[in-house]
Amino acid sequence: MSLPEPIQRAIEAFAALPGIGPKSASRLTFYLLREQSAALRDTLAEAIRGLNDVAYCQQCFNFTEAGQPLCPVCRDPHRDDGLICVVEEPLDVEAIERTGVYRGQYHVLHGALSPIEGIGPDDLKIRELLARVQAGRVHEVIIATNPSMEGDATAMYLHRLLAPLGIKVTRLARGLPVGGDLEYADQNTLRGALVERKEM
Amino acid sequence: MPKPRTWTVDALILRHADFGEADRLLVFYARRQGKGRALAKGVRRIRSRKAGHVEPLTATRLLLAQGRDLNIVTQAQALLTFPYLRDDLTRYAYAMHVAELADKFTYEGEEHPGLYRLLVHTFEQLEKHPDLNLVTRYYELRLLDLTGFRPELQRCVLCGQPLQPEPQFFSPGLGGVVCPRCGQAQWGLRPLSVDALRYLRHFQRSAFAQAERARPSRTVHEEMEHLMLAYLTHVLERRLHSPVFLQHLRRLKNG
Repeated sequence: MSLPEPIQRAIEAFAALPGIGPKSASRLTFYLLREQSAALRDTLAEAIRGLNDVAYCQQCFNFTEAGQPLCPVCRDPHRDDGLICVVEEPLDVEAIERTGVYRGQYHVLHGALSPIEGIGPDDLKIRELLARVQAGRVHEVIIATNPSMEGDATAMYLHRLLAPLGIKVTRLARGLPVGGDLEYADQNTLRGALVERKEM
Repeated sequence: MPKPRTWTVDALILRHADFGEADRLLVFYARRQGKGRALAKGVRRIRSRKAGHVEPLTATRLLLAQGRDLNIVTQAQALLTFPYLRDDLTRYAYAMHVAELADKFTYEGEEHPGLYRLLVHTFEQLEKHPDLNLVTRYYELRLLDLTGFRPELQRCVLCGQPLQPEPQFFSPGLGGVVCPRCGQAQWGLRPLSVDALRYLRHFQRSAFAQAERARPSRTVHEEMEHLMLAYLTHVLERRLHSPVFLQHLRRLKNG
């Protein structure tokens, strides 16, 4: 390849990102090489360096700033620390926060059980969740894992672990998406919507 | 004849993996075409019309289109969803073991007539049968038959003599039972009780309706499970993931 070494390195770095192939990596690199992209280059470099200052919250395992043992949600005294919403990934916390209706805390598992891929309970933050619940105060755990096969299996596993502790364990309701067509719904979604129907 | 641009397959989804922004790569076993892979675009979006139809452990009619590198799922309609496998963690764990074996014992473009039907039958039984170990052992022996790895359970694999009703040995490496006479000089053999051999033979030669009448004790079930796992692992030359989760669930149940 005849490209200067810094350009090649940038292309390789972009191509290492998920969903970015060699062509997109080259396009991004050459976009950043334009004269008017100088400010963007600096901003990006600074933002990426800043990621080194991110750590895990010691309570919920969402991301927090380095040097802060707890994330903003866990630090917030106005949030109900007896209510824990269990999610698979940090981005799921953002999705639930956007609803504006949840006032409890979170617990991020960092994945879901997948026996076929060899992802077991010890690979997730399940032991930490159990310890958190056993420490007292928690009155309800809302399991908000994805409505997928792996998410459902994780929910059932957590229920099996937590139910004997005598706390309320709930699962996000399953139903039809807003704006969807009934005729396109699959059997599992429709079945869930029927079983969990609400009186009007 | 050139391959058509779109075609339909009836397939059981064995597993999936996240791909790109919101897509999933499906690995399936199709009734006529055997194992295949296809990209289901946008199915991780909550509003996806296809998502519920392409979940693992679902029998689905897929309309596939030829893509540049991967075939693309353009339409999907679930045929069988096996809801009780999703509602019961233990049944789910056994079903994942069944799916993992089907995935690891087959290759793309290779057909095993009868495997699709065997998978559907096994998932149906795992939804309702009281003895999940029996259903699973029966499936394992049938799968080995269909893929050409049938273990020899009638004669000694070394001397060829018919086996007597006495404790024997099993050799994963030799692919079957070794009689006590030949077994003395061998290493790496596993002891095999008369009862375990009797049930394994019964499962190997009988239709499910007859096989399911068997009532092996827990000890015999455990012996058969360990032995089959050793043989399956030997044939595959790699570890299976799903039995680890099954063991974990059993430990949890037993406290």
